[in-house]
Amino acid sequence: MTSPLVQRRIITAVVFAAALTPAILLAWKAAHGLLSANPIKDITEETGTWTLRFLVITLAIRPLRRLPGLARLAGYRRMMGLFAFFYGFLHFGTYVGLDQFFDLSMIIDDVMKRPFITAGVTAFALMIPLAATSTKGMIRRMGGARWKLLHRLVYASATGGVIHYLWLIKADKQRPLIYGAILAVLLGYRIWEYWKQRRTTPAR
Amino acid sequence: MLIRRRSDIPSSEITPESAYINRRKFLRKGSLALAGMTLGSAGILRAVMQDGKSWKPSNPSRYNTTEDLTSYQDATTYNNYYEYGMDKEDPEAMSGSFKPQPWSVAVEGEVKKPATYRLEDLLKGETLEDRIYRLRCVEAWSMVIPWLGFPLAHLIKRFEPTSKARFVEFTTILRPEEMPGQQRRYLPFPYVEGLRMDEAMHPLTILATGLYGRSLPNQNGAPLRLVVPWKYGFKSIKSIVKIRFVQEQPTSTWMIAAPGDYGFYSNVNPDVSHTRWSQAKERRIGDFLKRKTLPFNGYADEVASLYSGMDLDKNF
Ligand code: HEM
Repeated sequence: MTSPLVQRRIITAVVFAAALTPAILLAWKAAHGLLSANPIKDITEETGTWTLRFLVITLAIRPLRRLPGLARLAGYRRMMGLFAFFYGFLHFGTYVGLDQFFDLSMIIDDVMKRPFITAGVTAFALMIPLAATSTKGMIRRMGGARWKLLHRLVYASATGGVIHYLWLIKADKQRPLIYGAILAVLLGYRIWEYWKQRRTTPAR
Repeated sequence: MLIRRRSDIPSSEITPESAYINRRKFLRKGSLALAGMTLGSAGILRAVMQDGKSWKPSNPSRYNTTEDLTSYQDATTYNNYYEYGMDKEDPEAMSGSFKPQPWSVAVEGEVKKPATYRLEDLLKGETLEDRIYRLRCVEAWSMVIPWLGFPLAHLIKRFEPTSKARFVEFTTILRPEEMPGQQRRYLPFPYVEGLRMDEAMHPLTILATGLYGRSLPNQNGAPLRLVVPWKYGFKSIKSIVKIRFVQEQPTSTWMIAAPGDYGFYSNVNPDVSHTRWSQAKERRIGDFLKRKTLPFNGYADEVASLYSGMDLDKNF
């Protein structure tokens, strides 16, 4: 029998590899010319979609870990959050480096005038302090309560991501609306939990 | 029956398909190597050699551009045709059951010869030319496509519009059972587009029945589509079943769906940006770097005079 520690490490490695797979697959397809005629757009869309998916996965862990046998999910929340940032970084990097080719005036113009870009940049900017404070040391330094408060920003970031997605679609809003619905449920659950907690813990 | 005509551009000057396929493969690989690096993988550049068929127009037009052609593969697999779906690969993937034959076109409105014409009758007497045009999509990408077609003006003269005809309205076929996107109703189908009479009569405006010398694939608008090269791609309506001559300016589908973004004219204009895209630059499919977008998509010499005195910021 492998020890629980070894088991945990193996599971962690598998989860990590699984979360990295979309990026590797995308790079492999890109290198072998298997993307469409507009590969830069494919890379933008793929990385953007995975950013949003990992944001939703991160948020979904909160209710899911309450289910029987799933308590250990909580241990993967940070990794999922960091993967959201990782894909967000690739997405933003693709836009800046490949799509706009570092054309600063075009980028600034986009951020100021294109509402969907403004929303995306806001969503990504909100992820930066979260990624920066994701280490154990930072949690200790900030103190749990303040750290938790700061990390509620992930809801704002995901909301920004959904708005960004809604605004960039020309006609069929179905896909962003599905993400929006999931996010609304998760946010609703979080608020419900918050109220429940407030009622059960007496005011100091 | 093809009538050969002298063209300004000897066909030897048109880049053979093999050459641009290699170049664009190289560009694609190059840009993707960069992406690969970003993605932290060792994206190894494979050999960039690939066979390509060389294609030469058999009946070139004097309006042809000498720019590198977009490959047949890209021109027929990367399409916007919402009747088949929202994604670029949907038109090719979802158009298999569409039947472009038999086909007829209803000609209505302010004309002396309104009727429903069979496609064969419309094409009778028309000489098909290879028209190599730039195509600029409103989404800031572009292609160079060798259409096979004939001037719309020829047909219009045959229909004999009355003096009241100031605009032409076109309608795409409505066949939800063969066009899965139409079942979703994210746009008010059937798709409608329109041109002012002088735009429709302009020699650059053609009806296309093919590309690369072959008949139009379903995903490119078989069997009959409009091509107006100085306007954004969505103006070039596909699979036309109705041509109506009217007095008032028609309201196009996109004008209904997103009036702030899509105007009636929709001439390619780098100075008027869309809510989602700056129109100052475009990515030619196959290129890595974007290029500057030209007013009227580079056809200003031919068409700018149609709009003299008009405020193109307002009439976007
Ligand atoms: C949390 C942050 C973000 C999320 C969750 C996100 C998510 C997405 C999603 C889901 C898509 C659509 C994918 C598809 O169509 O299949 C997308 C597209 C895109 N995003 Fe983001 N994004 C974020 C931040 C950004 C930022 C910071 C930028 C640039 C400054 C950006 C630029 C774009 C562009 C240019 C597209 C493609 C638009 C098009 O199709 O024309 N995004 N993003």
